[in-house]
Amino acid sequence: MADLNTTFIGIKSPNPFWLASAPPTDKEYNVRRAYQAGWGGVVWKTLGEDGPPVVNVNGPRYGAIWGADRRLLGLNNIELITDRPLEVNLREIKQVKRDWRDRALVVSLMVPCTEDSWKAILKRVEETDADGVELNFGCPHGMAERGMGSAVGQVPEYIEMVTRWCKENTRMPVIVKLTPNIADIRKPAEAALRGGADAVSLINTINSITSVDLDLFAPQPTLDGKGTHGGYCGPAVKPIALNMVAEIARNPATRGLPISGIGGVTTWRDAAEFMALGAGNVQVCTAVMTYGFKIVQEMISGLSDYMDAKGFTSTSDLVGRAVPNVTDWQYLNLNYVTKAVISQADCIKCGRCYAACEDTSHQAIAMSADRVFTVKEEECVACNLCVDVCPVAGCITMRELAPGEVDKRTGRATAAYANWTTHPNNPSARAAE
Amino acid sequence: MTNSQLTPGVAAGRLDAAHLAANFADVAPPLGMYEARVAADRCYFCFDAPCVTACPTSIDIPLFIRQIATDTPEAAARTIFAQNILGGTCARVCPTENLCEGACVREAAEGKPVEIGALQRFATDRLMAAGGHPFTRAAPTGRKVAVVGAGPAGLSCAHRLALLGHAVTLYDARPKAGGLNEYGLAAYKVPGGFAQAEVEWLLKIGGIAVVSGWALGREGSLDDLRAGHDAVFLGIGLGGVNALGLAGEQLDQVLPATDFIRELRQASDLAQLPVGRDVVVVGGGMTAIDAAVQSKLLGAENVTIVYRRSQAEMPASRHEQDHATASGVKIIPNAAPVAIFGAGAVREVEFAYTRPGPKGLELTSQTFRLKADQLFTAIGQRLAGTPVPLALDGNKIAVTGAGRTSLPNVWAGGDCAVGGDDLTVTAVAEGRDVAMDIHASLKGA
Repeated sequence: MADLNTTFIGIKSPNPFWLASAPPTDKEYNVRRAYQAGWGGVVWKTLGEDGPPVVNVNGPRYGAIWGADRRLLGLNNIELITDRPLEVNLREIKQVKRDWRDRALVVSLMVPCTEDSWKAILKRVEETDADGVELNFGCPHGMAERGMGSAVGQVPEYIEMVTRWCKENTRMPVIVKLTPNIADIRKPAEAALRGGADAVSLINTINSITSVDLDLFAPQPTLDGKGTHGGYCGPAVKPIALNMVAEIARNPATRGLPISGIGGVTTWRDAAEFMALGAGNVQVCTAVMTYGFKIVQEMISGLSDYMDAKGFTSTSDLVGRAVPNVTDWQYLNLNYVTKAVISQADCIKCGRCYAACEDTSHQAIAMSADRVFTVKEEECVACNLCVDVCPVAGCITMRELAPGEVDKRTGRATAAYANWTTHPNNPSARAAE
Repeated sequence: MTNSQLTPGVAAGRLDAAHLAANFADVAPPLGMYEARVAADRCYFCFDAPCVTACPTSIDIPLFIRQIATDTPEAAARTIFAQNILGGTCARVCPTENLCEGACVREAAEGKPVEIGALQRFATDRLMAAGGHPFTRAAPTGRKVAVVGAGPAGLSCAHRLALLGHAVTLYDARPKAGGLNEYGLAAYKVPGGFAQAEVEWLLKIGGIAVVSGWALGREGSLDDLRAGHDAVFLGIGLGGVNALGLAGEQLDQVLPATDFIRELRQASDLAQLPVGRDVVVVGGGMTAIDAAVQSKLLGAENVTIVYRRSQAEMPASRHEQDHATASGVKIIPNAAPVAIFGAGAVREVEFAYTRPGPKGLELTSQTFRLKADQLFTAIGQRLAGTPVPLALDGNKIAVTGAGRTSLPNVWAGGDCAVGGDDLTVTAVAEGRDVAMDIHASLKGA
């Protein structure tokens, strides 16, 4: 059993699995049960400034995308920050932290954009003995209309300013939670770093309309005939989140900045992928909202078994391990040639590879009268679409051409590494030296 | 009620009403909306799909399943009915494991095909329950066609002809239309009066006049029909049954299995239908299975199917065989009847084991006897009644192309015509294709 103990910006937790700031972490009852289930840490649902509590809608707060078996693939929400009194939340945070010293407890915050507002709430949070704070610059709905959440997160200068206020007014570590609803995720991360952030966490939810009711002609979730854009999360957003995490991890300006990975983490494997791309830990929400707290047991056993198999003794052995292999398109090896190979023993003769290739790609698969499908190497560009549409895993594979083997499509023998930067068709190619 | 499964001889009311109702309920309950969506999602939408090739009516199965998956079951039903107007019955009775589901790539991949039959029923049930009719008849052509036999072939032919604007008179010898759908299938496959409901729904196309109680050679001749119509289609099925050719065959309670099934289908109260304590069925096709299983469901204590060849050679599908054995029917393969014993009524049947020989099956010297209060024969059917003045091929009407007989303007299809494989779905395909051929012929005339 691998050691999953993790220290993230000085905050210790028995495993790298934290619950993200969201409905599951809105109150003591939930957080205690999450810890009992095995979660290594919790980011308490976002607190706002003292005063009349936030008001939520009283109709549906969530919209969903399902697979045909009604597996939840994506969830959208229009819930605001906590609608419970600040005093109650702070009291509960203090009690929970007192009883669960070995678990991480970070408090998410969102207050108006004045230094006094941040200073006031930071002081209150410090009194709870919480391990740190996370600045919610991400929520794309509701609070953003009031100049908070993603309204801050979309302006790097504001991120830097608020982060600096926080660092100047607290001894606690500060995590800046980033919104994905921007053009270039590196800019807000750089701003957070300039402001003194100890870490960034990402992604927050993606602005979205999940679906349209074709009878009401209104977006879903629909309240009294109207709907609004909400924050999208769940398995569907994972590829977007992975890329954003990787972009920050490999950006020279932010390299080494700790990252807490968020976005569709559902299984141990998802967590390991985020960590390989540079996340020091992960935060989970939609998966527990779908299946309950117990899933952490699978995440713990799965990550542990994987680490054992790889010989990793610490999660730090995994973190960032894939980052050096994330590169720009221009550096990909244009002389790396592969061809699709269809295993006739595994083929069930559905013909999907043929339809995909014949109708939409390179006409590189032949179909015989008795439904035998074979690759025409002289046409195959190795796009991989046949592999992706084949319902049988492992039936179609990509064969790497042997050194010196002639590519039947181009008539050229495979050669050593060469990329676009030196390609003759590239007008800006540098002359060979 | 005093009778039970142990009552000697042939007796009615061996089971109480509740047991009978449960036994004859829908053998394959319909899929719910959610089940259908999950089942539909398993379809890979194959290119040039093998299931379509395997379907005698060439229904575009991947398309209709995708239409179910996208919440448009009525569009799915139109896809089905465009090829097979009796898609409702076929969804219930097709031996899908030998047809579409047997060809499904998921059968090859994991031994668990997409539930095409159940999905077809889901779609067709929805559209039929909505009332109305999915097709609109073309403007009348003024052409008249006689369709003889209101079974699957005749109904299919009549519907397509009417759709194309021809005026169809649909003759049938029995009181009700439907043919084998009404009189020949196991009750638990088409419960709830489905066969009649389907006929009524099918006739909504308009342009079809049904004449019941009209038998060819009894109420009129083929020449009469030819004189009064531009074309004639014969879908008269096989009304006669093959005999065992054994002494004792005339004993009471030695009956064609088809008679037993027909009486059961038409019985208003199954508790009044007598059945033997010991029932023996000779044969290996669907008729044998349907008679045996329903005997058991009526309360017979011991029901045995005896088939002369190996079990693998039984014409009934493996699924049907398993259904029989799961229902408590015993199957004895490789044995043929050699003698029937009894006084007044049958009491016992003697069988000899068989083995393949150089000149076909031969009897061995090993024999056994089975008690039999009833002996049902299901060893094939033949053309019945007045021989039609048409060239025959074996025991069936000879046809070339799309059901063309030796007489001009006379077509034949379904079980009575040569070819095909005695399946409902094949009869539907033949009826439809004949209709298209008649249509082409009438247009060209």
